[in-house]
Amino acid sequence: MTKYLLTRLRQSLITLFLVSVVVFAGIRALPGDPALAMAGEERSPAALAAIRQSYGLNDNIVVQYGRYIGHALTGDLGTSSRTGLPVADAIAAALPVTLELSALALLLAVVVGIGAGIVAAVRRGKPAEWFANAIALLGLSIPTFWLGMVLVLAFAIALPVFAASGYVPFGTDPLDNLRRMVLPAIVLGSGLAAVVMRQTRAAMLDSLSADYVRTARAKGLRRREVIGAHALRNSLVTVVTVLGLQLGHLISGAVVTEQIFVLPGFGKLTIDAVFTRDYATLQGVVLCTSAAYILINLLVDVLYSVIDPRIRLGGAK
Amino acid sequence: MSPDPVREEPVLSVRDLSVSFRSGERTVHAVDHVSYDLKRGEVLAVVGESGCGKSVTSMAVMGLLPPTATITGSVRLGGRELAGAPDKELQKVRGNDIAMIFQEPMTSLNPVLTIGRQIGEVLRRHQGLNRKQAREKSVELLTLVGIPAPRQRIEEYPHQLSGGMRQRVMIAIAVACDPAVLIADEPTTALDVTVQAGILEVLQSLRERLGTAIVLITHDLGVVADSADRVLVMYAGRAVEQAPVDELFAAPRHPYTRGLLGAVLKPGAHAGGTKRRLPEIPGLVPSLTEQPDACTFAPRCTLADEQCTTRRPGFRAVELTAGADARHKAACWHANTMTKEVVR
Amino acid sequence: MTTAVRVPRTSRMSVGGAKLRALRRNRLALTGGVIAAVFVIVALCAPLIAPYDPAQPDFNNALAGPGWAHWLGTDDLGRDQLSRVVFGARASMQVGVLAVLLAFLVGVPLGLAAGYYGKLTDGAVSRLTDTMLAFPFLVLAVGLAAILGPSLTNATIAIGISQIPAVIRITRAETLRLKHADYVAAAVANGGGDGTVLFGHILPNATSALIVQATVGVPAAIIGEALLSFLGLGVQPPDASLGVMLASAQSFLAPAPWMAVFPGLAIVAATLAFNLLGDGLRDVLDPRGATR
Repeated sequence: MTKYLLTRLRQSLITLFLVSVVVFAGIRALPGDPALAMAGEERSPAALAAIRQSYGLNDNIVVQYGRYIGHALTGDLGTSSRTGLPVADAIAAALPVTLELSALALLLAVVVGIGAGIVAAVRRGKPAEWFANAIALLGLSIPTFWLGMVLVLAFAIALPVFAASGYVPFGTDPLDNLRRMVLPAIVLGSGLAAVVMRQTRAAMLDSLSADYVRTARAKGLRRREVIGAHALRNSLVTVVTVLGLQLGHLISGAVVTEQIFVLPGFGKLTIDAVFTRDYATLQGVVLCTSAAYILINLLVDVLYSVIDPRIRLGGAK
Repeated sequence: MSPDPVREEPVLSVRDLSVSFRSGERTVHAVDHVSYDLKRGEVLAVVGESGCGKSVTSMAVMGLLPPTATITGSVRLGGRELAGAPDKELQKVRGNDIAMIFQEPMTSLNPVLTIGRQIGEVLRRHQGLNRKQAREKSVELLTLVGIPAPRQRIEEYPHQLSGGMRQRVMIAIAVACDPAVLIADEPTTALDVTVQAGILEVLQSLRERLGTAIVLITHDLGVVADSADRVLVMYAGRAVEQAPVDELFAAPRHPYTRGLLGAVLKPGAHAGGTKRRLPEIPGLVPSLTEQPDACTFAPRCTLADEQCTTRRPGFRAVELTAGADARHKAACWHANTMTKEVVR
Repeated sequence: MTTAVRVPRTSRMSVGGAKLRALRRNRLALTGGVIAAVFVIVALCAPLIAPYDPAQPDFNNALAGPGWAHWLGTDDLGRDQLSRVVFGARASMQVGVLAVLLAFLVGVPLGLAAGYYGKLTDGAVSRLTDTMLAFPFLVLAVGLAAILGPSLTNATIAIGISQIPAVIRITRAETLRLKHADYVAAAVANGGGDGTVLFGHILPNATSALIVQATVGVPAAIIGEALLSFLGLGVQPPDASLGVMLASAQSFLAPAPWMAVFPGLAIVAATLAFNLLGDGLRDVLDPRGATR
């Protein structure tokens, strides 16, 4: 167990290092002189030289990279050229929004996806399965941003139940917060729910025909126990894998969802940084997102070993 | 071997059990009017080729067949009718009054649950034990089926156990609630020869200690000769012969049984310990999509005449023993004219 | 009771024929195939089909609802929505096909090499895919758009690159599976070079999995294009793209909902069609799905 985790941790760190190199090199490869971007109004050669000097832009790129990582490790991600404020602060402000949005979407995807997947597998060949399959296929085929617009049309314009835009912190007004977060969470969670549903259904169909389920039935266990304790427990390994692979899409989706619903989260920060050529912010955001993604994947692997003793105990097949 | 099986009421009584499966347009008749009785502490061996319906019969008795199966006939367990009972009723009976172990010990245990959990589950379900009591009882059961260091084993997962050990765990689960009937579907087929004997010993000792009646489904005529009291021979979904084990081996009354025993009866082949598998009989097993009014074995039978291909033979007592208790039955028009001399 | 027998691929034509027939029996897949074909035709013949110039504004007819003159209504500049949907579909298909092609051109050789040579090659390629997968699709696309500048071509490149890891993984897995097949061993024994073995024996047998991957990749690319264009990182106005149309529709949701509805339906129809086709193909081609 420990050995397995250490291996995974080492792999994650290598990937994280490569990511940081790619991000750093990528930003440096951007067209335009970063000094020029930072200079703003003051563009005299002397001012530019001063900026180059103070930001160490004249140094070797490897030295620059080392310095950047050194600062990043202490929580200093540089200064936004757009706002003049520390990038770390902007990220810290945006993080709760995106985290809440992602958590709600994930909750929705897991509850609805796994629930519908179980129903589709257990009610095989019945209308319930057909219905669940159709909804899942539709969920996979509808682009999230369009779903967002349709939901806004339906539930914020035609039938104003929910709000279409803006963010109110949960701490300030929980009810208003949820009123504004429900639609974005549905938009972000729908695609994931569809994928989770399909995988759950497939894995459950596999498990339900397995020998150990026959054993469980031969023991006289209730249907609920056979499905929940035996079939589902085994299916979860597959579902968790897929969930881990799909979390990247959740991050991508958050960017779009925040754009549609005007939520001041990570995604909006990213897009704004691109359009205002705010490279320091872009670099920080991309680095943080990728680090989060790598961390999530590591957690997913840990979760596997909790679910499946064969991984945890490193036993044979 | 068993304590006077003759006078006792049967614990399990199967009457005219038929099972058919619908698959699209076709209907497959997997089991066709099979009947047998099982008394306390008795071991009934069910033999026949793959696909003859012996496993399907057991699954039907357990009520474990999928909804695509249609079951008719009667299955009485200790006076209670199981055929057609709602699944909720059957759940209370399965694992409690009648239990089953399967051919594949490697896959029959749930890989993500501990051994203790999987044994305890059945105790908590049927006997209402709490977690601690179930745990203690699980340790006892593992000792009973001959698993060393049981306290340690109940914390382990199936993949940490060998195939033989897993099958012992399956037996422990099956006998946990002291069932009246245990169905063992080829319990040793997937195991090494050396491990097989151990498993059969465990089954024998359970029968002696707990008085469990056992339905032993097997390919292996050696196992039949060593463990069974009576034998039921099945062919193409039908019961073709049933007799006490000695009588069946000595004087089979169905040509199919004779074919099966052919190799065994030849001198030299009866050496103890060697494995005796069902020998090849020329011809093909008929398709199960139709139920002909004829003997289904006729196309492969050397004794077949016109009657065999136009009328279905009843499953009735053979003449030699008819007066007694009908302990030897066969479904063959020639059963009574067949003498020992016919056997080569 | 029944034993699964692997039939050697001696008569590939007849096997293919059987698979085609099986696919035709699957009505959903057939529907998907027909709709996908319609999209391809519309994309190819866009200038012939579109009733108006998709970029021509007509301020007298701005925000007109669906009617006889403009079947799908007009947008805020009075441009014909139907014409713009038709040209948008053309952009979608172009990205869909080219991005997948790019992903395959890069991913397949890398996957073959990783699976066949193993060891260091495999390690290097696997680390590469891990690194690429560490960038969520949109972050990657946004970064590339920032570096290369927003345009249809760059969106295609970004989407294509984002699909490379999946192609590498599938090709690698198939190669690992096929590496030890008898006919591959025979080809090696007969002195076949690495190129012959990889492209002559392994690749043709991995076609099924790759075709299935392509039917997953095309709709993903179509949605990707719409997404990037929606965010302003893909097709630039006044050119038509389903994503660009939706972006401008966002400001007119209440007065002109048709601006949002029709381009969206077009995307859904296209992706649904390819997903249905892909599901059908998977059932027919993928041996692991054959048991369903």
